Amino acid sequence: MGKVIMTVDDSASVRQMVSFTLQAAGYEVITAVDGRDALGKLNGQPVHLVITDLNMPNLDGIGLIRQLRADARCKFIPIIMLTTESQVEKKQEGKAAGATGWIVKPFQPEQLVAVVKKVLG
Amino acid sequence: MKDKNREAYKEEAYELLAELEESLLALEASPEDEELIGRVFRAMHTIKGSGAMFGFEDIASFTHEVETVFDLVRDGQVRVTKDLVDLSLAARDEIRAMLEGDEPEDVHQRPGIIAGFRGLIPGAAGEAGSGPAPAPPGEEDSWAGAPATYRIRFRPAADIFLSGANPCHLLNELRQLGDFNVVAQTEAIPFLADINPERCYTSWDLFLTTSRGFDAIADVFIFVADDSELDIQMIDDGTADRGDYKKLGEILVARGDLDEDSLTRLLAQRQLIGEALISTGLVSGDKVESALVEQRHVRAAQKKRQENEGAASIRVPSAKLDKLVDLVGELVTVQARLSQTAINFQDSQLTAIAEEVERLTGDLRDNALNMRMLPIGTIFSKFQRLVRDLSGELGRQVGLITAGAETELDKTVLERLNDPLVHLLRNSLDHGIESPEVRVQLGKPARGKISLTASHAGAQVIIRVQDDGRGLDQEAIRAKAVQLGWLAPEVEISDKELFSFIMSPGFSTAREVTSVSGRGVGMDVVKKAIEALQGSIEIDSQKGVGTSITIKLPLTLAIIEGLLVTIEEDYFVVPLSVVTECVELTREDVARAHGHKMARVRDEIVPYVHLRERFAMEGLPPAIEQIVITEMNGSKVGLVVDQVIGEQQTVIKSLGRVYRHVAGISGATLLGDGTVALILDAAQLVQGQAGELLN
Repeated sequence: MGKVIMTVDDSASVRQMVSFTLQAAGYEVITAVDGRDALGKLNGQPVHLVITDLNMPNLDGIGLIRQLRADARCKFIPIIMLTTESQVEKKQEGKAAGATGWIVKPFQPEQLVAVVKKVLG
Repeated sequence: MKDKNREAYKEEAYELLAELEESLLALEASPEDEELIGRVFRAMHTIKGSGAMFGFEDIASFTHEVETVFDLVRDGQVRVTKDLVDLSLAARDEIRAMLEGDEPEDVHQRPGIIAGFRGLIPGAAGEAGSGPAPAPPGEEDSWAGAPATYRIRFRPAADIFLSGANPCHLLNELRQLGDFNVVAQTEAIPFLADINPERCYTSWDLFLTTSRGFDAIADVFIFVADDSELDIQMIDDGTADRGDYKKLGEILVARGDLDEDSLTRLLAQRQLIGEALISTGLVSGDKVESALVEQRHVRAAQKKRQENEGAASIRVPSAKLDKLVDLVGELVTVQARLSQTAINFQDSQLTAIAEEVERLTGDLRDNALNMRMLPIGTIFSKFQRLVRDLSGELGRQVGLITAGAETELDKTVLERLNDPLVHLLRNSLDHGIESPEVRVQLGKPARGKISLTASHAGAQVIIRVQDDGRGLDQEAIRAKAVQLGWLAPEVEISDKELFSFIMSPGFSTAREVTSVSGRGVGMDVVKKAIEALQGSIEIDSQKGVGTSITIKLPLTLAIIEGLLVTIEEDYFVVPLSVVTECVELTREDVARAHGHKMARVRDEIVPYVHLRERFAMEGLPPAIEQIVITEMNGSKVGLVVDQVIGEQQTVIKSLGRVYRHVAGISGATLLGDGTVALILDAAQLVQGQAGELLN
């Protein structure tokens, strides 16, 4: 109830789709356009889950995951990365950096909600 | 929503293409600029990734080729040349054309561009072939076979918490798949002084009986499988014959917790094996406990299966049951004729047989109808989900409480009850329950309550949908009714009558239209559906406190209790469920009413429908007629007939296609002597009358 999710993506249409879907499922959503923006917005504000794209300008997804995991406040929050099927090694890299799970693009809104429920319990 | 997303994507894609063009031109001037290369790659990547998501598969697959090459450029494996820039610009134009979606004759360009890009890949050996995407987690697994039992040993990586995963969520997810038992293995937990609270020391032995199959279980662990020790074994395939599951020692050996030699040695000592294992330190207490749970779990699963088989139910197509009920209906009719004939003959032997047949037919009828009965709980369970999803959508907090799920109703009634109930629940959620903030302000608990109850009352089933929301606004309904000209401003009417206005077509006081209700079917459709089931619906509400909607339904549609009446030589049946009483109507009564079709019954003015007139029947009415008073939705209306004969078990026969839509008649039945009696649709007759009264 009232869980806050941050979605980080440089694609406006993906951001819109993710936030729309999650808001419809009853979550509160904060959006950020890249890793640097995300860190700025997260500062001091607790979220329950971060969903991040991997390829982004300024600070990419892997970098964001590493920085979050290095922050004591964000050490244990679930992080889901959005990958494409051609990024198998990226997925490994993300896992190693501390991502909780992944969603393969393209995905349907229901799949997104299913994964969010899975990691948020 | 989908269109909105597509539009958003197109807009974004146009922006990206403009940026792409700029970057490509700049790249031609400074081909080594990594920042520029990165920008081109990301633009392509976004166009591709988002394109596939919003249904632009052609763009996605085309852009994939370009992206692949720029990925290599990023890694320094391919150099930026004028050819590459030219090709990329051509690709950009192609994508733009695809976005606009109007270029059938240009399609031949595309293979050329694709081939151009492929040619740029060093040692092009289909490296970029995109393999099949892994099955997305959480996807519904529609496969449902016999339930099998699995043993899952799950030892998460010690640093699992650092990946943001929570093993408890995984256990809860498994729990939803079927019967589930957990045994925590705590041996690895160190002494308190040595514990690092950020590490996970516990592992679990899990036992699950599910029909969802191995993959559904593996899917639960999809995010953690790489780093954890995970062993999923089917230990009972759901077909094994009855008989005991393995002994404790055998289970431990099968799991590799104990070797066979030690087991044989221990068994020779003839103690309780569990105790012996622990006392000798061969196997830890946790592991023995886990094996015991496994034994119990599998035995329970097997027992349940046996019970199910023991219940020996057989599946019969419902058409066969319907046919049976039809035949029983015919039999009831013939039996009535037999009884009638026996009375006429006044033969004691024949009468004895007729009575015997009557008793047997009654039992047969009850049994046959009973077979079609289903507990209403079968549709209740769907509503939990509905309420849950809707309350999320509407930002409400609502709990649905159901009671009386075991109440049985005829299958045909049940099937047609689903939609009206869904509508009532939606109404309660949308118009009834307030948002949590408003509720708190009003001093109500933030979480609203909707209760859905079913119970038997004689030959009727009563279903009630009750909420503790804002209730109906009498004033608003009254104002609207007056505005529609349905009610004179000065007339006082009861709340029940007032509320029944909202079930009339064309009446809505909802101020705003939400996605859930307000633009769908209204209460009038609900009322119609309930009346088609020979039922009635009643609304009770208190502003600010809540609304309660009560539906009364007959147990079955096949046979009803009816009141047999006559007009001239013709027989009619009024469903007994709507009849409250019968009174006489004399010529003097009619004269006293000055042409109004109103009768005074126990100090109450009751309007009536003169059926002889209504059906345009010839002949003169008798000096004393009978009024059958019916009550529906809280208001009384009389039906005037010549004579009331008495109660009658009525086997309903539907009318032929030509007569099916005659207003006021819902079916027909055969009487004992073979005469046809028409079954009156009291609700429709009364409705017609209401219209006349207004005119």
